[in-house]
Amino acid sequence: MNEKLLLEDGTELEQVFCRPDTLTDVPYHYCPGCGHSVVHNVLMEVVDELDIQDKTIGVAPVGCSVFAYHYMNIDMQEAAHGRASAVATGIKRVLPDKLVFSYQGDGDLAAIGTAETIHTVNRGENILIVFINNGIYGMTGGQMAPTTLPGMVTSTSPYGRDVHMAGYPLKITDLIAQLPGAYYVTRQSVHNPNAVRKLKKAVTKAFEYQMQNKGTCFIEVVSNCPSGWKMTPVETIKYLEEVMFPYYPLGDLKVPKE
Amino acid sequence: MEKELRKEEPRLMKGNEALAEAAIRANIDAYFGYPITPQSEVIEYLMREVPNRKDKKTVVLQAESEVASINMVYGAAGAGARVMTSSSSPGISLMQEGISYIASAQLPCLIVNVVRGGPGLGTIQPSQGDYFQATKGGGHGDYHLIVLAPASVQEMADFVFDAFRLAEKYRNPAMILADGALGQMMEKVVLPPDGGLPKTPAPWATTGKTKDRNHNIITSLFIQPEEMEKVNLQLQKKYEDMQSEVRWEEFQTEDAEVLLVAFGLSARICQKVVDLAREKGIKVGLLRPITLYPFPYKRIAELSEKVEFILDVEMNAGQMVEDVRLAVEGKVPVYFKGRMGGMISTPEEILREVESILEKQNVLHD
Repeated sequence: MNEKLLLEDGTELEQVFCRPDTLTDVPYHYCPGCGHSVVHNVLMEVVDELDIQDKTIGVAPVGCSVFAYHYMNIDMQEAAHGRASAVATGIKRVLPDKLVFSYQGDGDLAAIGTAETIHTVNRGENILIVFINNGIYGMTGGQMAPTTLPGMVTSTSPYGRDVHMAGYPLKITDLIAQLPGAYYVTRQSVHNPNAVRKLKKAVTKAFEYQMQNKGTCFIEVVSNCPSGWKMTPVETIKYLEEVMFPYYPLGDLKVPKE
Repeated sequence: MEKELRKEEPRLMKGNEALAEAAIRANIDAYFGYPITPQSEVIEYLMREVPNRKDKKTVVLQAESEVASINMVYGAAGAGARVMTSSSSPGISLMQEGISYIASAQLPCLIVNVVRGGPGLGTIQPSQGDYFQATKGGGHGDYHLIVLAPASVQEMADFVFDAFRLAEKYRNPAMILADGALGQMMEKVVLPPDGGLPKTPAPWATTGKTKDRNHNIITSLFIQPEEMEKVNLQLQKKYEDMQSEVRWEEFQTEDAEVLLVAFGLSARICQKVVDLAREKGIKVGLLRPITLYPFPYKRIAELSEKVEFILDVEMNAGQMVEDVRLAVEGKVPVYFKGRMGGMISTPEEILREVESILEKQNVLHD
């Protein structure tokens, strides 16, 4: 940053923006319009701005973002499906001065890893859990997730999710917010620039709380899956606003009493 | 373990407690576990003792499940810590997913299995029914653990040091496989020296990316088949190298006409069988594998050249006997004597088995 660039014609330019060192040069594999890449950027921009690249250790999930460790230029561990918050617990307990976060999707966190998630938060592990909720299993080809909305068509609910057969969408973030170990719980999105800015503020706060040993911070990002939802990226934004947000309303669920 | 370092007086301790105390003395950074009979004294001892050791910064955490414990082990080991967990058969089954990941990610750690009778919920009585699971992989994929089988409370303590030494040397999970009786029984033990196990540097660990190195990644995902095959071949090469670590013990094999092969508590019982048989003039010897992986195939093959037959004794339906038969390659008959469900063969019972085989063989010879 702020380096002088000398062009061939002799013009000197001041560099005011560049790819942060916290992101590698590896191109994202995500589908066009998917929210993962934006959330990755936000996370690493915050790590860059707080200057904590050497202190931050991430845990990647199983699912579409399984390769998060290729893109984030920080030390990272890959976890088994659902176990990311247990892995993060192990890291944080032996390296309490480092900043640890897990990055998990809805199948990972709200289905196979429900027990690990709830108990990690209940212990108040001093970590950040980033939860990407797009209401579908993206990687395995668009099957029903615990967070799939009633009536939503997926490959394993081809006639729409029938709540009498498949149960109700699991609002796990609401459950989490009730636990005493949860310090800061918020639901955000990345569907427009304003939302991205809000998410960035939330991530910054979460890392700052972790530096102060406050307990578990939990950020849900209600996101989209153009491939799984079989919509264009633009249509997914409309679906988010009209269908997903009413069920998963954005905003803080638990904020510290200052 | 160097004898001169043992300056302490012997203590009377339970196997589980001796193991836990050895872990503290091995300077473990963390223990994650979940209580299950017959090994709950391990976590109980650590919870009680660690807060009194002001010089230790050991993390002891009771997880919500065995699944969570082993994944906490994975995280801590990936962060470069000396870390262990302990459990018993059904709990170890739950950990298999995590153990497979740890083996693939090539992380050192210690997993203690104080075996009870199975399958299923089984019984809380001692058994050796987890031999296959411990030595043949256990979880998915092609991998092996380093497996040590203690036969005394002394070894419950000593093998903690040995297991970490081997695990860290090979960046591979190690397992101490003991039956429930070894966890529960009390014996004289001279504990290993406090702090007597130097830390191994772990430049590959996730400790925070510094400017002078690339980011460290701990993963078991190798999605390109070419890459996955390379990793698998590398693992297999490692297992080949490990064969040099094979350890066993022999009793009166020099002139033996009958060879007993047994591990753990069964080997303790078979030592008595050797004495009883020799009082009767039957030349019986015993080979006791100490490492179940790597397995002493070569030595058993050598001994099979000199004996009439081999009797393999276990507390299961016959698991190690398959490895013994592989070693012997049909050169002499290999018989099996086992009991299950928490039942343990007595020395007299085993001796009768030896005698009845001898009788049958004599009939054939006549």
